[in-house]
Amino acid sequence: MVMSQTESAFANAHPTEQDIAVSIRGVSKNYGAVEALKDMSLDFPRGQLTSLLGPSGCGKTTLLKIIAGLLKHDSGEIIVNGKNVTGPGPNRAFVFQDFALLPWATVMRNVAFGLELRGVPRSEREDKAEKYIKGVGLAGFENAYPHELSGGMRQRVGLARALSVDANVLLLDEPFSAVDEQTRRKFQEDLLSLVANEKKTFIFVTHSIEEAVYCSDQIALLLPRPSRVHEMIRPQIDRSKGVDNIPREPEYLDIVDQIWASLRAYVE
Amino acid sequence: MVIMGYKLPNMSSLLIWGLLWEIIGQTGLTFFVPPLSEVFVTLFKIIGTPAFVKALTETAQAFLAGVFFAIAIGIPVGIFMGRSRLLDELLLPWVNIFVSAPLTALVPVLMVLFGFGMKSIIITTTLFGIWIIILNTRAGVRQINRSLIEMSRSFGASQFDAFTKVYFWAALPEILGGVRIGVIRAVKGVIIGQLLISIVGFGALFELYASNFLMSHFWAVLIVLFALAFSISEFLGYLERRVSYYAANRS
Ligand SMILES: Nc1ncnc2c1ncn2[C@@H]1O[C@H](COP(=O)(O)OP(=O)(O)O)[C@@H](O)[C@H]1O
Ligand SMILES: [Mg+2]
Repeated sequence: MVMSQTESAFANAHPTEQDIAVSIRGVSKNYGAVEALKDMSLDFPRGQLTSLLGPSGCGKTTLLKIIAGLLKHDSGEIIVNGKNVTGPGPNRAFVFQDFALLPWATVMRNVAFGLELRGVPRSEREDKAEKYIKGVGLAGFENAYPHELSGGMRQRVGLARALSVDANVLLLDEPFSAVDEQTRRKFQEDLLSLVANEKKTFIFVTHSIEEAVYCSDQIALLLPRPSRVHEMIRPQIDRSKGVDNIPREPEYLDIVDQIWASLRAYVE
Repeated sequence: MVIMGYKLPNMSSLLIWGLLWEIIGQTGLTFFVPPLSEVFVTLFKIIGTPAFVKALTETAQAFLAGVFFAIAIGIPVGIFMGRSRLLDELLLPWVNIFVSAPLTALVPVLMVLFGFGMKSIIITTTLFGIWIIILNTRAGVRQINRSLIEMSRSFGASQFDAFTKVYFWAALPEILGGVRIGVIRAVKGVIIGQLLISIVGFGALFELYASNFLMSHFWAVLIVLFALAFSISEFLGYLERRVSYYAANRS
């Protein structure tokens, strides 16, 4: 990242100022007459998990796809690693709500597909895919087809594919919404260990308040009509207490209540 | 078919029709229908003859070439139409006209344009088969799950990769359905071509036998032709069923 002298001085003067991986500046998006996003600005600190939380229809998917470069925005800027982006790029990888796996390809080919599209030779990409297949707990399923897997396993394939291209920003659109409750818990824990180990920036869309509070370093609470960032919340949950105890912690419950109070008016 | 509680194998109804044919033939009702047994005797007699082998190779060459072009042009055009709104609006009216047009009427025009040889026959064959392949491929591509398209874009797929690694395979069940119908139409095309353009191949045999009132020869060749068309169609149907296992699981 190139900084002007004043900018870097500014950064030095504020040691708490964080390294920003993705920055949204005044982004607007209309679908015909529908105002999906209006003048939205938001920063995503590097190496952290930021949730986009809000009722359905408030533009979460739209924002995520704009960051991914899959949708064009009408105005504003998307800055990734200091550079303005207008289309998809190797520094971002997407995990789809409905998995988006190739039904005719094995788990191995699906996981390696991102690398295949980038022209990585077969043996090299399969070595790498193998590592991530193990990493997401699918060892032994390399030759299975998506229709032979459960929803949770399919999403692990989607996650492994996104991880294997080594993008430093991961975009996840409600990745656990099509997954049953028990699997979801396990998934959330795995996600947290990924955030801790992979040193990637995670942008995570969810409509579950509990999930957002449990998993996030930072929550952007979005509200519709017109879509805007209503509030930024940094839960700072002490995760050392263990998954099973956190839901009973007063600090956790307070944050959940506080978010629920903000959302209540819009969900009715 | 079930008769008196017994389930008979597929197509056993053909036996009944064959029997009916034999009876009508034996009564000598019309010279046009010789007994089926006589037709089969003739069939085995002519099947190895040089005239028959020559007709078969001529027809097979024209047919295979025509089908090759119908598939090699039809599938990419269908994919492009399914992916590009502009191209779709430009081409769809024409494809819809041709898919239902009486193409036989166009054959004389082809003869003027391309002469009386193999070239015109191949073009006729292609013309009969290609439109339904285009339409089915287009329909298959249009129903591709949006997120598969977004997935390939997000991982930086080139247009070529997206077409060959995603769109083609995602639309494969519909494409094969189109190819199956297209191939059956192409059989029609190649015979019409051989009858109208230049008297070669099976067309020549039909012409020869019909004009000399060799009815059992005529029927024998027709049965061979039907059997070939049926086998090709069944084979493609089998391929179609093999890939349709994932059509149901495509999302
Ligand atoms: N392709 C589209 N065409 C028209 N309107 C759309 C389209 N996609 C989304 N919208 C509208 O934009 C708004 C935001 O949608 P979306 O980003 O999917 O919200 P979320 O993911 O938060 O549920 C909704 O009102 C939705 O109806
Ligand atoms: Mg959504």
